[in-house]
Amino acid sequence: MATPNTQRVAATDDESGQAGIGGAFKQAVYAALVTAALFVLLIGLKTDQNINNELILVQRWGLLAAIVGIVFAGRFVFAAFVQPELAARKASRPAAAAGEQGFVKRNLTTIALFALFLYPVVAIMGSGLQGSLKWVDNFGIQILIYVMLAWGLNVVVGLAGLLDLGYVAFYAVGAYSYALLSEQFGFSFWLLLPMAGILAATWGVILGFPVLRLRGDYLAIVTLAFGEIIRLVLINWREVTNGAAGISGIPKVTFFGLFDFNVSSDIYFGKVFGLAASGAYYKIFLYYVILILCLITAFVTTRLRRMPVGRAWEALREDEIACRSLGINTVSTKLTAFAIGAMFAGFAGSFFAARQGFVSPESFVFMESAVILAIVVLGGMGSLPGIAVAAAVMVGGTELLREMGFLKAVFGPDFTPELYRMLLFGLAMVVVMVWKPRGFVGSREPSAFLHERKAISSDFTKEGHG
Amino acid sequence: MEYFVQQLVNGLTLGSIYGLIAIGYTMVYGIIGMVNFAHGDIFMVGAFVALIVFLLLTSVFVGVHVVFFLLVMMVVAMVMTSLYNWAIERLAYRPLRGSFRLAPLITAIGMSIALSNFVQVAQGPRNKPIPPLVNQIYEFAGITFSLKQVIIVVVTAILLAIFWYIVNKTPLGRAQRACEQDRKMAALLGVDVDRTISITFIMGAALAAVAGTLYLMYYGVVVFSDGFTPGVKAFTAAVLGGIGSIPGAVIGGLLIGFIESMWSAYFSIDYKDVAAFSILAIVLIFMPSGLLGRPEVEKV
Repeated sequence: MATPNTQRVAATDDESGQAGIGGAFKQAVYAALVTAALFVLLIGLKTDQNINNELILVQRWGLLAAIVGIVFAGRFVFAAFVQPELAARKASRPAAAAGEQGFVKRNLTTIALFALFLYPVVAIMGSGLQGSLKWVDNFGIQILIYVMLAWGLNVVVGLAGLLDLGYVAFYAVGAYSYALLSEQFGFSFWLLLPMAGILAATWGVILGFPVLRLRGDYLAIVTLAFGEIIRLVLINWREVTNGAAGISGIPKVTFFGLFDFNVSSDIYFGKVFGLAASGAYYKIFLYYVILILCLITAFVTTRLRRMPVGRAWEALREDEIACRSLGINTVSTKLTAFAIGAMFAGFAGSFFAARQGFVSPESFVFMESAVILAIVVLGGMGSLPGIAVAAAVMVGGTELLREMGFLKAVFGPDFTPELYRMLLFGLAMVVVMVWKPRGFVGSREPSAFLHERKAISSDFTKEGHG
Repeated sequence: MEYFVQQLVNGLTLGSIYGLIAIGYTMVYGIIGMVNFAHGDIFMVGAFVALIVFLLLTSVFVGVHVVFFLLVMMVVAMVMTSLYNWAIERLAYRPLRGSFRLAPLITAIGMSIALSNFVQVAQGPRNKPIPPLVNQIYEFAGITFSLKQVIIVVVTAILLAIFWYIVNKTPLGRAQRACEQDRKMAALLGVDVDRTISITFIMGAALAAVAGTLYLMYYGVVVFSDGFTPGVKAFTAAVLGGIGSIPGAVIGGLLIGFIESMWSAYFSIDYKDVAAFSILAIVLIFMPSGLLGRPEVEKV
């Protein structure tokens, strides 16, 4: 709320924005006063514990003044200069120049695929084998896991229009299936990957069945409750899940049994190829595994969209009652959406368990569901490239914060940028949503429609009711 | 029997707090049809403001009566928290009014994340314990109850009475009910819809702030992540009572409080949250309009 960014948001809705310098000054004073009032207690005073473990207050008026100053300046500059500029640009913009598409735009998918496959190679060339670890693992794999999860949730939310806030439950089912089955029975990753998918899909049906009658916000809240129930069971069912301590020592993925990535093993990747031991091989291998899993998800989703079941999902999203009166079986349509979405989460979950080597209920909190949903919505529900971009921006952006060591030089050695990760994530959700309510790529047209478009498309007014 | 009544007393205390939070959910849902996901965190902000005011007061006044402390904490928390909810509505929800239905839910989730992390960054991630404010304990027919519990129940009852009066007997309440029924029509008849909605948010936040203050007084500790679970439970209460209905929210809150304390007493304390969430699911599935809610009619 405090950043100039969000103050800007406030400006977009009052039409008196172009009030000249005097008006801008007034708005800035107003914004600064509100900010000062909001933060006088929560930033101006900090509760700290002294040696006797008593809470004491530390005064931070300088910080408060700085924040208020920034808000004042930001609001003033925005109202006085940026807003008139934007309005002028809006007025002079020619009616959307469609048609001509550049080379890049036409071959976007090919180029993106090419870049994704080359990414680890570039990372190794850029920062050496050890140095590439961070880029491949923290950025590459991390973002791709979210891309896969978001694409899976997209089936439920984006295509079928069923708002699911407990999606992380299926992710947890996948992760725990792999963790438990591989530790108890020694099954390999490649056997358990489909099994985790099937188990998660089964849970998708089990949890989907009771909520068939619900819609909209109610559906969201019940799925949230289910997600929390599964997490609480994971915490409390200590005999099986080892409770909050989690399961560690989960076996690594092998290269289809041909070679593996344990340094001590006879078929260690490095030994087979006569290379020095390094953790990077495993990460690079995992990167390609998750990349291929993502591509499978995308392929299946795009194909399903063209099949009768995909069309039924979209019909369901647009209008459930109309859909039912046309003879579509809404029960099976909803359940397939839940099952397929959950299946992808199951795949992602077992991959996650294999990558971490450790699972605990901590990884499956509601916040994860919220983050995945945010990515789907910010990406423009239904659009696969949009969701991928949103995942890269939101997850990669917050990961980047970890790298901002130089900020320490600016704000002093106590400054830890990681702490601000989720704060900025939350604010970014708000700002992006207010700025572009239909997502980065807002394509929510049904795949099949009559070629006469009406002036007001029904998806604008009707959507979200599913 | 005494054990049972004891649990009833505990449940009543807990339920009062949930009920106060639940009113904020139910009013906002009633008037603009959105789940204000950040409401739980608004409650947490209220508790933090109360904490800071408490520390300020103890460092300035010594030996003043505790009632004065509690009153000042409550009033300041109400004002500050209302300001937060007002600002959030203004920045994150109002620009999206008339947008598709998921949009404000997403910004609300974003605000919830932002608020709890803002408090974490600004006030530190540790638990914040305070010395007990009131610690008298009474015994009556084998049942012990503390003055804290009495204060919670009495304050809740007084606030509900005031609140009932505002919603049912004042022009402001009439405007709110009008907006709830038909926003466009209310606007045409001269009700300032934006202002009414803002006031609804402010009222919800004020009640949540009182709940936060009482929570701080009762448990003597608060932490930045305290908003989520009470928030979800209060939402459960709102739904259980029938979302949009204010008496329903209070009844729902009390029911959830009773269920939680009974479950902890007779079954297992580990699964008390599971019980609350299961009830939420069961109520929504079998009785989607809750105890006192109006069933929603949907047309093509």
